[in-house]
Amino acid sequence: MENREFLLRRLHSLLGIIPIGLFLTQHLIVNHFATQGESSFNNASHFMANLPFVIFLEIFVIYLPLLYHAFYGLYIAFTSKHNVGKYSYMRNALFTAQRYTGVFLVIFIAWHVFETRFQVAIGNAAEADFNMMENILSNPLMLAFYIVGVVAATFHLANGLWSFLVTWGITQSEKAQRGATYFTLLVFVVLSVIGIRALFAFV
Amino acid sequence: MGEAAKTVIFEIERRNSTNEESYMEKFELPYRANMNVISALMEIRRNPVNMEGKKTTPVTWDMNCLEEVCGACSMVINGKARQSCTALVDQLEQPIRLQPMKTFPVVRDLVVDRSRMFDSLKKVKAWIPIDGTHDLGEGPRMPERKRQWAYELSKCMTCGVCLEACPNVNDKSDFIGPAPLSQVRLMNAHPTGAMNKDARLNAIMGEGGLASCGNSQNCVESCPKGIPLTTSIAALNRDTTVQMFRNFFGSDRMVD
Repeated sequence: MENREFLLRRLHSLLGIIPIGLFLTQHLIVNHFATQGESSFNNASHFMANLPFVIFLEIFVIYLPLLYHAFYGLYIAFTSKHNVGKYSYMRNALFTAQRYTGVFLVIFIAWHVFETRFQVAIGNAAEADFNMMENILSNPLMLAFYIVGVVAATFHLANGLWSFLVTWGITQSEKAQRGATYFTLLVFVVLSVIGIRALFAFV
Repeated sequence: MGEAAKTVIFEIERRNSTNEESYMEKFELPYRANMNVISALMEIRRNPVNMEGKKTTPVTWDMNCLEEVCGACSMVINGKARQSCTALVDQLEQPIRLQPMKTFPVVRDLVVDRSRMFDSLKKVKAWIPIDGTHDLGEGPRMPERKRQWAYELSKCMTCGVCLEACPNVNDKSDFIGPAPLSQVRLMNAHPTGAMNKDARLNAIMGEGGLASCGNSQNCVESCPKGIPLTTSIAALNRDTTVQMFRNFFGSDRMVD
């Protein structure tokens, strides 16, 4: 197809927000139950893990979009030549950060899924519950890894939302794009606070 | 008195031909008030002696208008791509480092071959077809305010600075770069040009087209003519979104 690349790029942009961005937001909010105590988190986690047709929800809302976004994203990240040293403008710095956080997130998310959902799938753990996260995060190195992972994810989503608005032609003028910068900065701060508060609730 | 005469030091990345290894050569020249990079290069051409006192070949570079409208004299000056005619020595940190824009094939020294930009303009059909088998008469009028706005886009001189600054224009990608994209917006804005809008939009929806932009926005920061390149790209993103749906859902209406 003549415009294959165009459609693949648009799909990459769309999937980053819908469903992956929505899923991440939901995931961080559910995690936030941990701040209200162990049983509160376990109830929420149990509810999510026992949704009807949960395996299909996971495959079509999480795994497939995430795998596509990750692998096509790696291709995008490795086909750019970073020059933020010479052209040190804010947008170029964010462009570079978007690619670095993307590559880091592929590693972080692979590890995170392996440690939690995968262990449940192979029967090493009954459920991804409060204890599981408490054990993981009792290691200060893992806590640091998770904090960096959460902040990388919220940054990648917030900045990805900014470029989604440009990629689909929603924000055009300099003024509109500047407004979107402030809005996505707010998204980044709010989601980071929610995510990090949840992490510290397990410590 | 007895003060040493003021001099200017240039460090120039040189090579004899496209496939040869590059090397750096330094030159020290007497300072003159208001000199720019081109007048310094002319001075080196008059007296091609490097800083070690050895006679060398004169440095080659491209130039034409000397007033930042032709786009020929673009080069990388102290790390950033710009026109050498408007690069004033007084405003540059020394030693002044001159390099060719290596995004393009380097012909020799600072001369690059910008053919790919002109090929891209052909690829995106950046012209307005007016020929018919008979006299088609006058085209529709363009509102004066629209003309004034379009004039800004028409200032593009194909200088290549935006391609050099763009992180997505490189040898791993076939991205055509910001300049030809903005020309699509210009041609599509023209009342006669708009009659072939869909052809240009479909052209930039092809390989190496609009979708390869990663929004680093270096182009708009670097453009010597102040063309709103990123606004053009975002506007084309909206136009191609509509075009994509028209193509996909099979509307037969392609021209407004």
